[in-house]
Amino acid sequence: MAVVSNGTTIIDAGSLGASIASGPMNLLSSQTASGSANISFTSGITSAYKEYLFSFHNIHPATDGAKFGFQFNASGESGFNETLTSMYWRTYNNEAANSAGTGYVTSEDQAQGTAFTILDGGVGADADQCTAGHVKLFDPSNTSHVKHFIFRGTHYDVNNFVADVFVGGYVNTTAAITEMQFKFSSGNIDAGTIKMYGIK
Amino acid sequence: MAIISNGTTIADAGSFASGLVNADQILIKELTASSSANLTFVHGTSSVVLDGTYPIYVFKYINIHPASIAQFTVNFRDGGSNYDAVKTTTALNPYNNEDDDGGIYYREAWDLAQSTSAQILAQELGNGNDESASGELYLFNPSNTTFVKHFVGDTNYYQNFGKTGSFGIHYSGYCNTTSAIDGVQFAMSSGNIDSGTIKLYGIKDS
Repeated sequence: MAVVSNGTTIIDAGSLGASIASGPMNLLSSQTASGSANISFTSGITSAYKEYLFSFHNIHPATDGAKFGFQFNASGESGFNETLTSMYWRTYNNEAANSAGTGYVTSEDQAQGTAFTILDGGVGADADQCTAGHVKLFDPSNTSHVKHFIFRGTHYDVNNFVADVFVGGYVNTTAAITEMQFKFSSGNIDAGTIKMYGIK
Repeated sequence: MAIISNGTTIADAGSFASGLVNADQILIKELTASSSANLTFVHGTSSVVLDGTYPIYVFKYINIHPASIAQFTVNFRDGGSNYDAVKTTTALNPYNNEDDDGGIYYREAWDLAQSTSAQILAQELGNGNDESASGELYLFNPSNTTFVKHFVGDTNYYQNFGKTGSFGIHYSGYCNTTSAIDGVQFAMSSGNIDSGTIKLYGIKDS
């Protein structure tokens, strides 16, 4: 039985009505890879939210040592190749307990580049190896300013160590960002899930 | 027709009653700058909640654009009307300029040691038309009167001073007081916040 107030369906069939206000964090899309070349979010990035959260877990590469990353496409353009400047630093510790540390990695950053933003040093493809983390993208529909993003994640490196990776940067465009794509530097995404949330 | 349970209105006129949103993160207040000297959140003012209602508060600052190149900062109120809580903080700064000169430094000039000064959230934030800063600040248990008040945060911003590029600050610290923190103020070290939005959320623990 539906619960209707003033002509609006509040509850029906075990769910809240679509028009009912929810909390500030809303799951907009969830995609699961299965031998996928990439995972792309080509709808839902709009002015409805000033922050988008992309949370991924159990991302497992088909190719040993492939690097997971993301890129954007702006409104009215084609291809995931926006100009961005980003930075990359990490802490790490290996399983043999003889190599640990922290530092900035110049080979993984970008300066006005159009390549994918790298989020790890190479994920192992053993059956139990994977990466997880989250990207926060701020105000992608803003047409006055650059678009800032912040990432933090961890991965089981191909060289058998754990790394805690921090990435920040901006998409150097005033065009609205409407699409985002994740993929490995080589080979498919064998398995894993990425969820896109909008934060009001 | 309203839906009323035990004397409390659950829903009316097609909407749930205020405060009845089923979520663990609640948007409390949103402030938008328009050539503003500061953006300030004070408990009990303009619908702001900043007390023991939530154990964790999150401030999201989005596309903060300054009128002039300056520091974007935050400070806390621990009684009275001044934003001058004593703080000890850390500040780690990764960066990469657009000419690909990247690195990471601990910035002693950006941290605080038992200081009432404001904490830097972005140093030399650019004021070019497309330049801005975005990030988030977590404030833990501000109304606790036994312990100091911890906070952690991250900013990514467009620096414009000498070189231009993507700069970050990973900052953390504590307000070294057992008084409740009941106000948080964001401001530029000089000049106004030309534009930008700051949102305050509360995160439930039950």
